[in-house]
Amino acid sequence: MDGIHDLGGKPGYGPVVRETNEPVFHNLWEAKVFSFLRGASIAGAWYSTDRFRHLIERIDPEAYLTHGYYGRWLGGIETGLVEAGIVTQDEINRKVQQLGGDSTDLVAARPRPDPDPLGEIPAYDGSQRDVSNPLFHTGQRVRTSAVGKPGHTRLPAYARDKVGTVVTWHQGWVYPDTNAHGQGEDPQHLYTVQFTGNELWGDEAENVKINLDLFEPYIMEESM
Amino acid sequence: MSDDHDHKQEPQAIRAEALEAILMEKGLLKPEDVDEVIARYSERVGPLNGARIVARAWKESDFKKRLLADGTAAIADYDLEGGEVQKLVVVENTPTVHNAVVCTLCSCYPWAVLGLPPRWYKDPAYRSRIVREPRKLLAEMGLALDEEIEIRVWDSSAEVRYMVLPMQPPNTDHMDQEALAALVTRDSMIGVAHLDG
Repeated sequence: MDGIHDLGGKPGYGPVVRETNEPVFHNLWEAKVFSFLRGASIAGAWYSTDRFRHLIERIDPEAYLTHGYYGRWLGGIETGLVEAGIVTQDEINRKVQQLGGDSTDLVAARPRPDPDPLGEIPAYDGSQRDVSNPLFHTGQRVRTSAVGKPGHTRLPAYARDKVGTVVTWHQGWVYPDTNAHGQGEDPQHLYTVQFTGNELWGDEAENVKINLDLFEPYIMEESM
Repeated sequence: MSDDHDHKQEPQAIRAEALEAILMEKGLLKPEDVDEVIARYSERVGPLNGARIVARAWKESDFKKRLLADGTAAIADYDLEGGEVQKLVVVENTPTVHNAVVCTLCSCYPWAVLGLPPRWYKDPAYRSRIVREPRKLLAEMGLALDEEIEIRVWDSSAEVRYMVLPMQPPNTDHMDQEALAALVTRDSMIGVAHLDG
């Protein structure tokens, strides 16, 4: 999905600010949000990390940039809980007001009235699956898909329609593009594909190699 | 960590508190759940796990070989918790190659070996820039790399997780593994810092 989360190569975000002696959690609420994960997923707000990532991608874009990492999680968790019918936003809004919160504050969650089906509960914890007959081999030149998808996908926009070289084959994995939408695991081969800086960013690029882990449907054969 | 009453101005804090109350009412959250999260990621899961693995690789060439060939198998007997690492790939820094790790699409990070990521790793500046101008960004972050050093960036776009094996600092061969592990910083295992002896 084209969205604010797809940050690779985007200009304008300024310097990286590092903290010395950074705490694991900066505020108690961040740890609280982390602790919601277990109960929310057991209750059926989502069944997979793919789904959870997509919930976060869909939050309010301004909140994505300003609410911090756990603020993004909070938006994703709330979206999932509401879409699954476990809580309502009215319920949360009322509670926020009871606690003295401001009803005009930006809410990160963006639940849809017609959410995707949840899909099946995974058989076991983990996303590696047996798949046979990989289409590509290490050393092979491949071109990535030029088309952005409307839903969840793990091909970043900066690597669309680019030529790279397969450097590793990682065997079969659950396919996020279907799994996030409750359309089944549809396992796919996964490859690390290496791109030059020039291929991704043009002639002025630095001397750098960028490696991405790409699912087989994202790539096609590129003639030499 | 500060008490949350200091941060009432953050709307996220109040909304989190509201959701906490509702999840408790619904039996989906227990008061001790947050304590367990804090204990796990403050005490048991953190960058010291990765640092010990790095120090062992410096000391034991056979382990280093196994770690670089198949990181997942090499760390299997460490019994690490924290999830998030189904397949670990360890990439080695050398005098001619420098590696750095990122997740541009979310904030994937090898929790089991490095703990929870620092804020800057999850923020837009690092995620947007490290794939486009790594040499410039690393220099800004205090790591100036000669032009002839090849930079390899690993954008963790699937479930494979990456950790950098930093170069051992000079004049540390006499040190034992525990002392060496104490030299290894989290940032060196992400690939945004070198190590001093």
